Amino acid sequence: IMCASAKYNTRGPALIPRMKTKHRIYYITLFSIVLLGLIATGMFQFWPHSIESSSDWTVEKRSVHDVPAVKLPADSPIPERGDLSCRMHTCFDVYRCGFNPKNKIKVYIYSLKKYVDEYGTLVSNTISREYNELLTAISDSEFYTDDVNRACLFVPSIDVLNQNALRIKETAQALAQLSRWDRGTNHLLFNMLPGGPPDYNTALDVPRDRALLAGGGFSTWTYRQGYDVSIPVYSPLSGEVDLPERGPGPRRYFILSSQMALHPEYRLELEALQAENGESVLILDKCTNLSDGVPAVRKRCYKNQVFDYPQVLQESTFCVVLRGARLGQAVLSDVLQAGCVPVIIADSYILPFSEVLDWKRASVVIPEEKMPEIYNILQSIPQRQIEEMQRQARWFWEAYFQSMKAIALATLQIINDRIYPYAAISYEEWNDPPAVKWSSVSNPLFLPLIPPQSQGFTAVVLTYDRVESLFRVITEVSKVPSLSKLLVVWNNQNKNPPEDSLWPKIRVPLKVVRTAENKLSNRFFPYDEIETEAVLAIDDDIIMLTSDELQFGYEVWREFPDRLVGYPGRLHLWDHEMNKWKYESEWTNEVSMVLTGAAFYHKYFNYLYTYKMPGDIKNWVDAHMNCEDIAMNFLVANVTGKSVIKVTPRKKFKCPECTAIDGLSLDQTHMVERSECINKFASVFGTMPLKVVEHRADPVLYKDDFPEKLKSFPNIGSL
Amino acid sequence: MQTRKKYIFLTFLASWLLLFFFGGDQLRRFAFFSGRKAEARRNWPRWKDRSLLKSFADPEELQRDGDPPLLSPRERRAARLSVSRSSRCRMETCFDFSRCERHGFKVFTYPQERGQPVSETYGKILSSIERSRYHTLKPEEACLFILSIDTLDRDHLSGQYVRDVDEKIRGFPLWNGGRNHLIFNLYSGTWPSYTGELGFDTGQAMLAKASFDTLSFRPGFDISIPLFSKEHPQRGGDRGWLRQRSVPPKKQYLLVFKGKRYLTGIGSGTRNALHHIHNGQDIISLTTCKHGKDWEKHKDTRCDKDNVDYERFDYQELLHNSTFCIVPRGRRLGSFRFLEALQAACIPVLLSDGWELPFAEAIDWGKAAVVGSERLLLQIPSAVRCIHPERLLAFQQHTQFLWDAYFSSVDKIVHTTLEIIKDRLSPHRSRSRLLWNTLPGGLLVLPDFSTHLGDFPFYYLQHGYSPSKKFTAFIRAVSQAGSLSQPILRLIQAVSGSQYCAQIVVLWSCEKPPPPSGKWPQSPVPLTIIQGRRKLSHRFFPFEAIQTDAVLSLDEDTSLSTSEVDFAFSVWRSFPERIVGFPTQSHFWDPEQGRWGYTSKWTNELSIVLTAAAFYHRYYHSLFTEYLPAGLRELVDGLAACEDILMNVLVAAVTKLPPIKVTQRKQHKEGVAQQAECGDGAAGTPPPGQRSPPAPHSAPAKAEGTNGSRRFSQRQDCLNQLADWFGYMPLVSSQLRLDPVLFKDQVSVLRKKYPSLEKP
Repeated sequence: IMCASAKYNTRGPALIPRMKTKHRIYYITLFSIVLLGLIATGMFQFWPHSIESSSDWTVEKRSVHDVPAVKLPADSPIPERGDLSCRMHTCFDVYRCGFNPKNKIKVYIYSLKKYVDEYGTLVSNTISREYNELLTAISDSEFYTDDVNRACLFVPSIDVLNQNALRIKETAQALAQLSRWDRGTNHLLFNMLPGGPPDYNTALDVPRDRALLAGGGFSTWTYRQGYDVSIPVYSPLSGEVDLPERGPGPRRYFILSSQMALHPEYRLELEALQAENGESVLILDKCTNLSDGVPAVRKRCYKNQVFDYPQVLQESTFCVVLRGARLGQAVLSDVLQAGCVPVIIADSYILPFSEVLDWKRASVVIPEEKMPEIYNILQSIPQRQIEEMQRQARWFWEAYFQSMKAIALATLQIINDRIYPYAAISYEEWNDPPAVKWSSVSNPLFLPLIPPQSQGFTAVVLTYDRVESLFRVITEVSKVPSLSKLLVVWNNQNKNPPEDSLWPKIRVPLKVVRTAENKLSNRFFPYDEIETEAVLAIDDDIIMLTSDELQFGYEVWREFPDRLVGYPGRLHLWDHEMNKWKYESEWTNEVSMVLTGAAFYHKYFNYLYTYKMPGDIKNWVDAHMNCEDIAMNFLVANVTGKSVIKVTPRKKFKCPECTAIDGLSLDQTHMVERSECINKFASVFGTMPLKVVEHRADPVLYKDDFPEKLKSFPNIGSL
Repeated sequence: MQTRKKYIFLTFLASWLLLFFFGGDQLRRFAFFSGRKAEARRNWPRWKDRSLLKSFADPEELQRDGDPPLLSPRERRAARLSVSRSSRCRMETCFDFSRCERHGFKVFTYPQERGQPVSETYGKILSSIERSRYHTLKPEEACLFILSIDTLDRDHLSGQYVRDVDEKIRGFPLWNGGRNHLIFNLYSGTWPSYTGELGFDTGQAMLAKASFDTLSFRPGFDISIPLFSKEHPQRGGDRGWLRQRSVPPKKQYLLVFKGKRYLTGIGSGTRNALHHIHNGQDIISLTTCKHGKDWEKHKDTRCDKDNVDYERFDYQELLHNSTFCIVPRGRRLGSFRFLEALQAACIPVLLSDGWELPFAEAIDWGKAAVVGSERLLLQIPSAVRCIHPERLLAFQQHTQFLWDAYFSSVDKIVHTTLEIIKDRLSPHRSRSRLLWNTLPGGLLVLPDFSTHLGDFPFYYLQHGYSPSKKFTAFIRAVSQAGSLSQPILRLIQAVSGSQYCAQIVVLWSCEKPPPPSGKWPQSPVPLTIIQGRRKLSHRFFPFEAIQTDAVLSLDEDTSLSTSEVDFAFSVWRSFPERIVGFPTQSHFWDPEQGRWGYTSKWTNELSIVLTAAAFYHRYYHSLFTEYLPAGLRELVDGLAACEDILMNVLVAAVTKLPPIKVTQRKQHKEGVAQQAECGDGAAGTPPPGQRSPPAPHSAPAKAEGTNGSRRFSQRQDCLNQLADWFGYMPLVSSQLRLDPVLFKDQVSVLRKKYPSLEKP
């Protein structure tokens, strides 16, 4: 089975090569492969080249007017009208798409033709600028295929963006004669201006049988949910006018209406609003007395005042988008571009890409009946939310409205998501602006779940050769009631671990894993042997922790299973002189890290550390033989956004007389190195994810005036 | 020998690499590698005159947007109302919004008629509505109406089928063509076609129906609900089954199904094919032919073997041990399996084409289920194998979140239905999809409080906000005297000394007027006095005066120092969704009496933080007052000293997490009379001298004296009544206390940030 997903090695890095006997076969196979490859390549190199360079397709210089013409006889077949009952499972031939490892649909574009009727007159403009841009975008995208037999979706090159620019019957005939038309199955039409006078249908009137419609102006009655795609009406001004993003915040006007062709009834209601609320409401109209040469579409007027359009939209917090003859309005695109929050007043309108976009975050939808209440409704929205909506509006424009390319790709992605739902793009990816994606976290262990105590924890001891101290740690840890297994990671390749009989006898299973290389990251490998969620990482010289302290640590971890819960606390500080981060191991009032020399955490973070550590951190740590614990702190904080929990006052771990900065961490160079690590990691993560807190976790009755024997965890060391 | 081999090998390799680099271009086009005739991809041409192409519509045309339509907007809306058929109903055509304007969203249930028994399930639905905060007894106030006729089972072959519904409905004066009515239905249609027909004219009523198909579903009007069994609990509901989160999931099976195979009729296509994916190892797909009376008549060659295999596996065991569960359509589109799989954290793989998924208007099912296609059954195994392990973990957790938030009880299903309808009434004050699909779920988020994520305690991390840096001290004063007591003066001084204190609000809950402003102590922060009501629950009213996210709730006789307050606030900023406070108590299950016990003794655990001294988010005031049904608040007002337990229960029910205890310097209550009565004794307020501090070694409750024991048993009663209301015990225990990092460490006091916490 081909999977797009990576296959993870579940066995662990403890791979001691087994070769020797298989040496021979291995080499012979390799030889033959190489030999074959050589012959194949050689033959190909020196074979006379019968394949001409066909790059002229791409550099082709042809004119749209030179495309072949197709004559449509008057009696050529017309497709059925659009079938309102079509859904993906009834009208779409999903077998054409097949299962493919990339989970991408293949889209074919018919080549461009000119269609003429019997008398030789053109049926429509061959192709509009926008439709050409749209097809170019599809062709450049990874959805595109030029092989009609492998295609899952077909896009006709017949331009139906604007219904008013085409002849309905003849266009339908042109569709019907497409080579793979087959009642329009798996065909996708793009239309932005549907309907015509007098009643303006909300979907394209061209008979199209089963074809999918990406339409700009659907009403809830014509939109086939889950089949059609609602798209924006593109505003050509998007390409012409550069409106730089404006920071969110209060603007000069509160409500602005900029549409020119409002129904007089709407205009009256808006003017009433203006009369009531004064200057904060601005109702613009077309200009009547413009001098020649000034494009009317780029100006708006209020009484004698002239405003530049669409720049004026940036002066207002809310911009009204009222329905006209059609439901979809190009002004929506301009409004979003200006970062003005659209107030959409168009009953039953299906908003663009509503299948995936959460419009409540970017707009205010108000029923037509409630028009007189607009002002009060908008006033009730908190300022902070308005600012977010402004940002969101701008983001929607940038991502999905800005160009025909954006519109085309979003449409195809929506259809793609329906066909490969298990690979669909998530709500967050569609809706969160980059700034939010950047600052937010999505905790992989988001469910508030307190793991059952009975599961216990697995202690993982990383060791090299300090056998005596290791055995002491094993004996101490084995006294902890909730220990369920002990795993020794033997990181020394030059020496075998002691014989089985020499190991301390303990009440839980003890497993020794031998590693292939002496790497620090071996400590964080998600070994299959770890069957519990909780992992206690402990160094082979941490002998001071009492059984009560460890058991209490486990209980604390159960209450915070998505955090690092550990004993040695450390802090990072900003060094103002050096202008960089500094590592602090003094006893301070704050902690931001716990060392994994003695810490509980969820096994999932082993998986993250091994497979998802950003940048080159993992290799860097292995190469420097240092800072694996800091890397783990960064990783967990970055993915959960939460602080560590330091448990119990314990500060000495190796011997009673040791100071806080004991053993390894004593010398100055070490401190410098650790500081370097923090700076390095902060730059790889692009941020400082560590959170500083002032608290630590103690048993409820710690140091309380209460008989020790009644306390659950009496034996909590003071230092 | 060995070395020679190595050299030959190296030479080969080198020459091959060279050839590859130089000939790579051709190589890539070589038919053998590209799989088809070599030629460059034929892209859409770059027309040389593309810049000259005309726009699809000229700007003028776009902005003018056609000729003005013949009908004015008002006429159009009126026309829409008059011609709309019920099959085309939408909120704006078939629902009368004006009914909801005056009294808000109120729901009226028709009174039960005599001799008109309803099924157990419908009884539960009706009682869920009656328990909801939207229920009203007055039809003239109502915005939404629910029939008393049991419409759940509309299969006319069923015993529960109610006849002559049309006739009965016609007799209802409130029916009004079905406008603003909501009709619940679980089973519609019957053998053989199982159409969605209900067998009576539903008029313009909305349908909340299980097994809805996308074609008859009226988007934005109807609501698809899940199929649930008659054993589904009224409230509370069982928890999900996910206990362990592992990557990759530690489950024996990848994909399972066990169920009936229809030999004929609707739905048989999919069920007949399910056995094809069975591999006996990690994919178990078992079907039985045995169902109905005459199955042997249609029996095929597979049946006997299948029936034997079928008996070998237990359905519950499969549910527990599989990563994915196939949820195929039955005769109808929905099945019980769906909720079963959801609860079991077995990721549902839906094979039910054209099913409008339950609450799809709110719920993003792509995060919790794989929506497969009946036609692509054979691709399902490879598709689910390809889902990344971390995605599986997210899926599993999401099933549990959805189960718990919207499906685990009839109450939740019904309340979700009501909230979805309520959201439609004022789109600008409704929940975004984000709120519905992130913890703690839409039911616990009140859009009337705010629609901004940053105003709630739940979304700080997800959106990179942080809670406000200041708090409001909220003191409840009940002292008898018309003057200010010493403790309250001390308290105001201590609290206002905190650099994080933004304001002090005093809730004056006495009949005597508060002392004039001159008598209050000078404090560096603004002090507001609110005249409170006598009700105990009034303490948690969402007062406008509270302006900060954090509330420090205090009793007037609480004694706290400034540094205690500072430290607790710094802890709260790390846990803004929890109650963070000082004195605590705990609950336990008393197996002898078969009820919940409550203790104020010193214990190694805690599950309740007294609101006499606690930080929490101000949103909980709104939840307390607006989310909890009025009945519950009345219960609390009737019992003395129950309101803080209810607050703890509420927060625990929302967060599923225990509260947090922080360092307390000494006893908070100094044994003096507290909760002193003001004015004449209101019913239920406790006599003085009760909330005595839980002394170490405190004697058993019985020995605490009559007052003490009465109060104690009231709190215990309260706990049990609340557990009954919620349907389970939401409180969660914790074994830890958060202390300053250097608390009681043997280091110089000068180095400590909160030295005063350690003074005896």
